[in-house]
Amino acid sequence: MSDATLSQATAVNEPSAGLTTADGKPLKQALLRAQSHARRRAFLLVAPLLAFILLTFVMPIGQMLHRSVHNEGFTWHEDVTTGHRTPIMTNLSQWFDDNPLGTEPDEAAFAALAADLVVLREVKAAGQAGTRINYERSGSRSMFTKAARRANKLEAPYKEALLELDEDWVDPSLWRVMRDASSSYTANFYLAALDRTKDADGKVTQVNENRQVYVKLFKRTLFLSIIITLLTLILAYPIAHLLATLPLGKSNLLMILVLLPFWTSLLVRTTSWMVLLQSQGVVNDALVGMGLLGDENRLEMMYNQMGTLIAMTHILLPFMVLPLYSVMRPINPSYVRAARSLGATSWTAFRRIYFPQTVPGIGAGALLVFILAVGYYITPALVGGADGQLISNLIAFHMQKSLNWSLAAALAALLLGGILILYWLYDRLVGIDNLKLG
Amino acid sequence: MAHVSRNDAFVEFERVQKSYDGENLVVKDLNLTLPKGEFLTMLGPSGSGKTTCLMMLAGFETATHGDIRLDGVSINHIPPHKRGIGMVFQNYALFPHMTIAENLSFPLEVRNIGKSDREEKVKRALDMVEMGAFGGRRPSQLSGGQQQRIALARALVFEPELVLMDEPLGALDKQLREKMQFEITRLAHNLGITTVYVTHDQTEALTMSDRVAVFNDGRIQQLAPPTELYESPVNSFVAQFIGENNTLEGTVAEVNGNRALVKLDDGEVIDCKPVNVSKPGERTRVSIRPERVEYNKDRMQEGVHTLQAEVLEFIYMGDIFRTRLRVAGNDEFIIKTRNAPDQVRLEPGQQIDIGWMPEDCHALDA
Amino acid sequence: MKIKTALLASALTTAAAVAQAQEVTVMSWGGAYTKSQVEAYHKPFTAETGIKIVSVDADNPATPIKAQVEAGNVTIDVADVEFSDAVRLCDEGLLEEIDVSILPAAPDGTPAEDDFIEGALQDCAVANIVWSTVFAYNTENVSSAPASIADFFDTTKIPGKRGLRKSAKATLEMALMADGVPAAEVYDILDTEEGVDRAFAVLDKIKDDIVWWEAGAQPPQLLADGEVVMSTAYNGRIFNAAVAESQPLEVVWDGQILDFDLFVVPKGAPNKEAALDFIAYSTDTQRLADQASWISYGPARKSSGSLVGLFSDGKTEMAPHMPTAEANLGNALVNNFEFWVDKDTELNERFNAWLAN
Repeated sequence: MSDATLSQATAVNEPSAGLTTADGKPLKQALLRAQSHARRRAFLLVAPLLAFILLTFVMPIGQMLHRSVHNEGFTWHEDVTTGHRTPIMTNLSQWFDDNPLGTEPDEAAFAALAADLVVLREVKAAGQAGTRINYERSGSRSMFTKAARRANKLEAPYKEALLELDEDWVDPSLWRVMRDASSSYTANFYLAALDRTKDADGKVTQVNENRQVYVKLFKRTLFLSIIITLLTLILAYPIAHLLATLPLGKSNLLMILVLLPFWTSLLVRTTSWMVLLQSQGVVNDALVGMGLLGDENRLEMMYNQMGTLIAMTHILLPFMVLPLYSVMRPINPSYVRAARSLGATSWTAFRRIYFPQTVPGIGAGALLVFILAVGYYITPALVGGADGQLISNLIAFHMQKSLNWSLAAALAALLLGGILILYWLYDRLVGIDNLKLG
Repeated sequence: MAHVSRNDAFVEFERVQKSYDGENLVVKDLNLTLPKGEFLTMLGPSGSGKTTCLMMLAGFETATHGDIRLDGVSINHIPPHKRGIGMVFQNYALFPHMTIAENLSFPLEVRNIGKSDREEKVKRALDMVEMGAFGGRRPSQLSGGQQQRIALARALVFEPELVLMDEPLGALDKQLREKMQFEITRLAHNLGITTVYVTHDQTEALTMSDRVAVFNDGRIQQLAPPTELYESPVNSFVAQFIGENNTLEGTVAEVNGNRALVKLDDGEVIDCKPVNVSKPGERTRVSIRPERVEYNKDRMQEGVHTLQAEVLEFIYMGDIFRTRLRVAGNDEFIIKTRNAPDQVRLEPGQQIDIGWMPEDCHALDA
Repeated sequence: MKIKTALLASALTTAAAVAQAQEVTVMSWGGAYTKSQVEAYHKPFTAETGIKIVSVDADNPATPIKAQVEAGNVTIDVADVEFSDAVRLCDEGLLEEIDVSILPAAPDGTPAEDDFIEGALQDCAVANIVWSTVFAYNTENVSSAPASIADFFDTTKIPGKRGLRKSAKATLEMALMADGVPAAEVYDILDTEEGVDRAFAVLDKIKDDIVWWEAGAQPPQLLADGEVVMSTAYNGRIFNAAVAESQPLEVVWDGQILDFDLFVVPKGAPNKEAALDFIAYSTDTQRLADQASWISYGPARKSSGSLVGLFSDGKTEMAPHMPTAEANLGNALVNNFEFWVDKDTELNERFNAWLAN
């Protein structure tokens, strides 16, 4: 009794201390202790997933982001078998540190370059260093490999010696690129990913018009993805509604049909579209056979934007149907009936009552389809021809063919950034808690 | 009654039939006339056709055959939104993405009523159901009973002359249900609205309605005011369905005006009122309400037949006593007696004689 | 998808190889080409040494090398790569060096250095075949048979779609040759801004009629389906479709671009010794000649030429189908790898920009 009064008294006197348990310990602390065991167990349960996500998602994305601003091609050489790392271009880098941008390369600069070329020859890093420079200045690679091969024979005055090998060694833009590359960290890949480059003075300029491609492809990717999202929405909405209103037995059958494409390989589906849509394909043959089309006027539905649109809309359709279905299924038909009984025409009932309730599904489906469409590359690569190409195809190009991974990473990072901005916009406009995936 | 005034036929079903599959009739030859201002309840087990009738009246189902008229006009081909009928749904169907005020405002908006008028009407409707303070909330923030009131207010806000209610109280707990039953009847009568109310709960039907239509197997079995329904069921289905009932099976021995003698299967003979039996030899099912059974000899009428009964169980229920007896081979014979100071409490195993007024014992179809 | 399965397969087999050790994983380009290597190299090598060959395919075997070596998880012992990739990967230190002295001399005693065609031996790579990018047509679909590379780019003379590899390489050279540039001057001209403009101007004329392909198996298919009337292609693929599958396809050798395919060993290959043995064995005079009877690619050794016989069908004489045959070299260009490693970025960027317009 006296204890209880006491603790009550403390609680009243010191409201900031909060309530206490019967034996006088702060209630909050006791609660924490009581819950900590359960919390530990819960954490252990999610720990494998957490580790998995860290390993397969966070780390690769982190690596990608790092690679987009980090390239050691002109700063370090690593012997892949021994793992031994050698700094390269150290003398030149020192000269760049001592002399600000815009300094005419003097004999000391060329001497530093010559000394570095010797190192390149020793560790066989000329190709690597040349490749790094070649990313930003075409034609530089062979200058490095050639010069490194003769590095031992170079003698002072080095400027003349190098010029004798190739007169481009005095090119100011080469020196600008080397200056930038002599630091492992650079934003130049982002510039390149936006069709921009630095001129000899380090000023950011647009690249030559006939080499501007990325911004255009970003825009096209955005445009095509929006169109695909709209198309899937228009096609999926009635299907999802049908699925949601049919009796369970029939809707399950229909659902299997909707999901059927998921059970077929993406390549198989894409190639079937090719068989159907190519100019000698099933659709054209049928149209010509029915006399609707002259043999010379076969429709071109493949190897262009149309092919990309059709195939991707089909492939992404289920991703729109499922969230819509999951939102529509629980909508009681009595809502629309109520609206009708209250005097609304069927269109008003749809617009004011049914449609607003499906918005979370539309948002989720659109976001899903859009994000997938933005990153698709196999399908546009196969059916897209020249004008159905998306930015992902160029990312793949730089990953697989040109092996300029830093540029690929920069492009991918811009894509990721764009999607995050969209996500943020969606959150602001619709609210992420309004997202319903299933 | 040759002259039927316009008011007597505000809602009319004439020879209405409904089939969903072309093979079975869900509603068979329905005829029903409803005067203005009446509170009619359609009562029946599930699948009896009562909800289908309501949906046809609302316009969500079309009659396969027959004519439905509202105020003398056939509405078979009028779409639901032009019928001007208020409706309250079983799950309330309050639009979840709108506030309460927006929900109420909706029927006014689609009728192009001006903003200030709308606000005025919405406010009045909310006040009417005592929910004036809740206009800004979402349906999900309200309790079941509150949602029910809003659904009612929404069905009334555009001042329809006819309101349909489809088991509106089904989801509420008992106490709230009783309170709402009272409120709905009060509102309906105060506003003079014609109401068609569907329920499978017979207490609800009896307490709220002016008349009750008992549905079974696609037909109206009996259409009558609650008292008549309870006191004078026209057939054994109605007798069974409305209130609690004891039944005894037997054969009609004699019919004499509105008195009949029925020979029960164990040989005993009892006095009854013939309802739909006409001649001796017919099989019959005799129905007696538990509260009309008497075992206190002082209260029994002179000269009535009595039956031997054995007390099987005595249940104390507060306001009443409920006693289970074995009567003429029926172990489920129930009697109810008021808990009065002078009431005798029966003991299991006790042998008693029971009897009743002959007019309380209905000889119905077997 | 194919690469992934291949990687998985090779990862599994390498794990098994730890126990056996006597196994070499060879990655090649798939299809008829891999088959020719299996028949001519893998089978006799296994028969002779008991070392098992695990054959895996990729769209371009050079692609996984960089990833594997950088990740320190190399599963490929030998890869068959293109010239420019071999040189570039070698420069980047991603390949083992191959000592020429391990290669056997020709039957007449000529040392390997002299027996191989010039350029076939690199620091890290040994060529096995000479292949070429040619153009071919479907005899049933063309209005008249094309005779020169100029006809390929002339849609008024022979109307219809053209198939071209979606890559600046080979496409630009062919465009210049079609415009009348002699093979010997192509790279000099392409090294100038005006030369590139000139090549793209030629391409502009047929841009709307081009169907782009990426995998080597596509052109024979496109030609057979009638999707294109003419297509550039790897000569061996066309030979295979025409001879082995009896498709009505014909090769035009005018303006062909010769190239090497070379064997390389990725740095840190799990079975390096056996891999080198395999390369030495496979590139001897007889083996290279044998391969030519399975596919129409020319052997990289001069001494193999006289040993090339009949195709595996037993009746087709292989010699005239070799890119290196005298009759086919009339207007032939040898791919200049140095040019491409330098200009790859710039020209592909311009090519991609041109495509996207």
